[in-house]
Amino acid sequence: MSQPAKPAPQPAGRAAAKKELPEHFKAYKHVWVFIEQERGHVHPVSWELMGSGRRLADKLGVELAAVVIGPTGDATKAAVAESFCYGADLAYVVADDVLTDYRNESYTKALTDLVNTHKPEILLLGATTLGRDLAGAVATTLLTGLTADCTELEVDSDNSLAATRPTFGGSLLCTIYTLNFRPQMATVRPRVMSMPDRVEKPVGRVIEFPLGLVEADIVTKILAFVPDRDKATSNLAYADIVVAGGLGLASPENFQLVRQLAGVLGAEYGCSRPLVQKGWVSADRQIGQTGKTIRPKLYIAAGISGAIQHRVGVDGSDLIVAINTDKNAPIFDFAHLALVTDAIRLLPALTEAFRKRLSAHTRDRIAS
Amino acid sequence: MHIVVCIKQVPDSAQIRVHPVTNTIMRQGVPTIINPYDLFALEEALRLRDKFGGEVTVLTMGPPTAEDSLRKALTIGANRAVLLTDRFFAGSDTLATSYALAAAIRKIGSTFGAVDVVFTGKQTIDGDTAQVGPGICKRLDFLQLTYVSKVSSLDLDARTIEVERRSEGGVQVLRSNLPCLITMLEGTNQVRRGSMINALNAARAEVVKWSAQDAGVEDIQKCGLRGSPTVVKRVFAPTPRAEKAKVVEAAGQPPAEALIDEIFKLRPKLENEMFELARGF
Ligand SMILES: Cc1cc2nc3c(=O)[nH]c(=O)nc-3n(C[C@H](O)[C@H](O)[C@H](O)COP(=O)(O)OP(=O)(O)OC[C@H]3O[C@@H](n4cnc5c(N)ncnc54)[C@H](O)[C@@H]3O)c2cc1C
Repeated sequence: MSQPAKPAPQPAGRAAAKKELPEHFKAYKHVWVFIEQERGHVHPVSWELMGSGRRLADKLGVELAAVVIGPTGDATKAAVAESFCYGADLAYVVADDVLTDYRNESYTKALTDLVNTHKPEILLLGATTLGRDLAGAVATTLLTGLTADCTELEVDSDNSLAATRPTFGGSLLCTIYTLNFRPQMATVRPRVMSMPDRVEKPVGRVIEFPLGLVEADIVTKILAFVPDRDKATSNLAYADIVVAGGLGLASPENFQLVRQLAGVLGAEYGCSRPLVQKGWVSADRQIGQTGKTIRPKLYIAAGISGAIQHRVGVDGSDLIVAINTDKNAPIFDFAHLALVTDAIRLLPALTEAFRKRLSAHTRDRIAS
Repeated sequence: MHIVVCIKQVPDSAQIRVHPVTNTIMRQGVPTIINPYDLFALEEALRLRDKFGGEVTVLTMGPPTAEDSLRKALTIGANRAVLLTDRFFAGSDTLATSYALAAAIRKIGSTFGAVDVVFTGKQTIDGDTAQVGPGICKRLDFLQLTYVSKVSSLDLDARTIEVERRSEGGVQVLRSNLPCLITMLEGTNQVRRGSMINALNAARAEVVKWSAQDAGVEDIQKCGLRGSPTVVKRVFAPTPRAEKAKVVEAAGQPPAEALIDEIFKLRPKLENEMFELARGF
């Protein structure tokens, strides 16, 4: 295990609500984004965070660095190059074949050692299973603050990171500071921040850093990796069109209507939480606070009431269409278009109408 | 074998209301429950105990009323319950909480027998951070296994454990060593009901109550608000969207057609994009 940073002498909490950064933390500069790669792919949440990181770094007048930890070889090199296209001024790279698969021990060592050596002011990670596993371990090892699942990241007039996150099941928001410790750490769920533009920028500074571990030092071994069979599920968060159903559909048979509409639209389908609890739909299709955050161009919600825990997962959608029999359903407070009608009857008609419309479109195209 | 399960008593957040004027949480009358994910952790611990022998100790940090949750856990089948309660813990963030809980787990180990595995739920439904488990783990210098859906095997002589763990895009099958800390996923095992005998015993059982000092907490400065690097500056309600949804009027045509017209009127580009998407299927 790497050495934890020395705990700061100053007390934290309300007693230290005024910012008096201990001397040894004053050297902490720059904004870092952990670039999450697994099995050769960068998780898009990393690029979303680069967008936020760029804004914070510009406001603070510091550099934005990508932190790339992974095996030696092309995938890691590509991740580094790509990080420059998403705005990194430099990249810290820990490349070692011991890091081929994610394991807490090796990744925690790589990241804490990097922080202790190069001292970032802000460190951002995705709130994925990997990111949360790593962030919790790193923050405790460094004895610093970590704010989970932020929905907004700002720099305040004091140059402190103001991290806003939902609290009490999403019914309220709170803004959290890490005043007397560094780095200030935060995680953000996929799809909460918008994707920044990619610009062709093939060069940037690379600072390599050794892992300082060999395979024999790592206790935990990976015996197997079983990829998810239903590839499409992992796409729900990134789908352009999502159709979802809730308890208003009344039976698992009726939920097929949602899948059929999704099929015609080339969309992903999802659901509210009770459907998962009833076993009608698998858990990775759940949208909301304890499910996926989505950000499609079109979201169609059928028979969903729009509880706050559902709402927080869909608020970033560009156009929300709600179909509900109850004209006072809370979903109409945040949907853009409302159809006050029986979804069980409307969905098949909608599927048919879309099918016709889209095939007419095909004919027009072929004709022109 | 000795297993510690960390549980938390949480307000049933489905029933929490926010005061419309003051933006404060109205907790009065809101029932409390054991954090649902912690029940999966408890169940998995009980299964291991049933198979390999030994004891399960449940631990919670909270106000004196958290004793109710511990008794519930005893009814379900835990052997022993420890309540860590002290005003010094008030206002703890995840770092301070992990400090206090780790101290209590060390004390549990020295008092009741060395701890082989610590279980927690993957996260709580009130804090939602998923940070306390990894925090405790690092404080104890145990091996960390989060998002576990199943403990597939355990070898007490070799002191190895195998688990299935959810990761991005699949399931990792891992082998690690004891002592370790496991955070459990939801819905992967059926949580057992308590038995009558357990309920009777639980009602009579002594819940061990420890203050910070009893638990051997070394530095009180690391607890509660003082020990919390994060500070909540502001709590506020999300801004409601300015206008309500536009109600689609069917006006003579079938409602499905009317809806599609409205969608494409608002988002003309969508029509082409949908065509491309639909063609892909
Ligand atoms: C800690 C916690 C976390 C949670 N996380 C999530 C989460 O991630 N995602 C989530 O979705 N929920 C979550 N919930 C649950 C959430 O609070 C709501 O209970 C849930 O979203 C309600 O689902 P629903 O809208 O499908 O069902 P209901 O609330 O029962 O609503 C059904 C709706 O269908 C309408 N309806 C009935 N019949 C018809 C019909 N024929 N046609 C059209 N409409 C009809 C009704 O008017 C009603 O509005 C969470 C709750 C808690 C406590």
